[in-house]
Amino acid sequence: MSQPQLEIQLIAVITAVACALPGVFLVLRRLALLSDAISHSILLGIVLAFFVTRDIASPALVLGAAVVGVVTVALVELLNRSGRVREDAAIGLVFPFLFSVAVILISRYAGTVHLDVDAVLLGELAFAPLDRVILAGWDLGPRVAYLMGAIFVVNVAFILLFYKELKLATFDAALAAALGFSPVLIHYLLMSLVSVTAVGAFDAVGSILVVALMIAPPSAAYLLTDNLGRMVLLAAMLGALSAIGGYWTAHFLDASIAGSMASAAGAIFALVFVFAPGRGLLAAARRRSTQKLEFAQTMLAVHLLNHEGRPEQPEESRVDGLHRHLRWDQGFLSQVVRSAARRGLVVEQGQELVLTDDGRAAARRTLVL
Amino acid sequence: MDVFSDLFTDYTLRTVALGSAVIGVVSGVLGSFAVLRRQSLLGDAISHAALPGIVVAYLVTGSKASLVLVLGAAVAGWIGTLVVMTIVRSSRVKSDSALGIVLSVFFGVGLVLLTFLQRRPDANQAGLDKFLFGQAAGLVQSEVLTMAALGGIALAFVILLWKEFKLLSFDRGFGESLGFRMSVVDVVLTTLLVVAIVLGLQTVGVVLMSAMVVAPAAAARQWTDRLVVMVALAALFGAVSGVGGAVISSSTARIPTGPTIVLCASAIVMVSLLFAPNRGLLWNRLRGARSRRRLRTEAVLADLYALWGQHEDLDHAHPAAVLETMALNRGGVAGALDELASRGLARSADGGWMLTSEGLRVARKLHGERFESGIPLQEGAT
Repeated sequence: MSQPQLEIQLIAVITAVACALPGVFLVLRRLALLSDAISHSILLGIVLAFFVTRDIASPALVLGAAVVGVVTVALVELLNRSGRVREDAAIGLVFPFLFSVAVILISRYAGTVHLDVDAVLLGELAFAPLDRVILAGWDLGPRVAYLMGAIFVVNVAFILLFYKELKLATFDAALAAALGFSPVLIHYLLMSLVSVTAVGAFDAVGSILVVALMIAPPSAAYLLTDNLGRMVLLAAMLGALSAIGGYWTAHFLDASIAGSMASAAGAIFALVFVFAPGRGLLAAARRRSTQKLEFAQTMLAVHLLNHEGRPEQPEESRVDGLHRHLRWDQGFLSQVVRSAARRGLVVEQGQELVLTDDGRAAARRTLVL
Repeated sequence: MDVFSDLFTDYTLRTVALGSAVIGVVSGVLGSFAVLRRQSLLGDAISHAALPGIVVAYLVTGSKASLVLVLGAAVAGWIGTLVVMTIVRSSRVKSDSALGIVLSVFFGVGLVLLTFLQRRPDANQAGLDKFLFGQAAGLVQSEVLTMAALGGIALAFVILLWKEFKLLSFDRGFGESLGFRMSVVDVVLTTLLVVAIVLGLQTVGVVLMSAMVVAPAAAARQWTDRLVVMVALAALFGAVSGVGGAVISSSTARIPTGPTIVLCASAIVMVSLLFAPNRGLLWNRLRGARSRRRLRTEAVLADLYALWGQHEDLDHAHPAAVLETMALNRGGVAGALDELASRGLARSADGGWMLTSEGLRVARKLHGERFESGIPLQEGAT
């Protein structure tokens, strides 16, 4: 691996983890699409700050972006609280508006300077190592690595410092308010972090794919655990995995690194969605079929108990006639009978199926006799 | 005005304006249902998810004809919607996260396909511009005709299935109970939304297409409580935004059409939010202020009446300070007294205030209306 390759992967991993951290809380608080809104509208902040400083590398751009990000959230809430539009529509109204203003400003006034809307939307990691920090003749590494590193540290510090408050405000905002923690303050702090993270990441992956890194790994983690701490760690790990996997996919396909990272994040989510223990599609299907079989065994036992000791018993409990009485197909019946016999609920006596003591007890339990 | 005559004579402007108007009408109509069903952001997801479809359509057919690309975009957008529905239905991931994942991951896959296709990692700029921001100026008449035809088909479906869509939007369970297959209706409506969005992509662009779905509908919602009116207004607002955006951007240098259309739509939303009758925030504000003032004035009138009750003498003056202590909120007492005086219900003399005979009549009436059982207004107000 060459040094630029290593540097690109390092930046990718830092970016992915820095995005996944606030993303966890966006997913849990059902605010995932605010990240989409923020990542688009920060363009306006970048443009305005650029007009003031005339320097695309100025830290003021991050600040401007963060301010507009928070303004976006505030506007969405203002619209939402007016009761005239619902939250989803409010988001859909605010960010295209701010984004349009930014695009018009760029095309009208910044056409001659380097402020490329495509670059903001799409980013390009491959060029990241070209922009380096050089201090007194020493090459200290790519600039983006420092920016994202700082944002990563801030995000980690925020989550460590306010872990209790975040947890409380996320899962029980009313209790948080009653205990004297301001859920509103936490909300806006979180949104500022999302804005700063999004603006830091737009260099690397562009603002559309920031959403993938913020939402997909935490959503996958959400399907894997019920513990907040574990979810944060898992989201960070899955984010890092998306970054590395995405980088190498891009390397072999000779395609966009940012796009590959988003695709990798999506692929990881898809894998988790299907295979997650307990919550995945497969686990759910297996659980459903087990429950179906267990329920059928109970129904079989109840049916046998119903006719036990009655004149119709020989007819009603004939192994080759049961499927008609229970309206099951024969294959399913023999599967149920086999597993019920294995559990010791029934035994076959000649042509008849007879309940064991266990089977009788199970049927009585079901009927609450 | 020059611009308006250009609208009929200038080929480019006429084409762009017509195309934008078609987009506005179709997305306004279908957006109304999306907004009412709280699916405003589905449009955002669909428009982003269309990218891989466009790339694959180009890859398979090698054609850049807009109908082929529109078809590819529609299929991908449709699959994206299906994925959102599947994620929401069969896991605990909520719809906002599902939309976010589909939006960004589909877009990422599209980007990979596109750059893979062009075999160079910096190929972002090539061809994507048009998709991201639209290129209204490049519209030609045949494309507008295609758009109008597809949009017309979508609108015909809306008219044919009006009753079903209305049921789906307002009371799905009731529709189910009437024997309509609501899941089928849902798929049809969503498909039409996909068509509406895909139609607009090459003119307005991915990022801003979601605004065309939400804004006209959200604006129209403010003016009416009836679905027919809302849908018609949304179509009108969409058309006005489209034509307005096209005209403004053509008459001003270096202003892209897509964002201008969105700004027009946003302006209509703002006007509607503030000034629409009934729901308008401005009227709401005024109504609130007016009723607050009325309540305050009536409270002071009642206080004067209670004071009168102690002397039963219309010429006995009561200092304003007394009224201020009686009021819940002392701030408004002076204003309320002035208003009472101007309405001839109270007058001031001897450094104090008293009811006029007309004021006494009105106060008695108010008192009688509110306390028919004869409970005194202020017990022990001595």
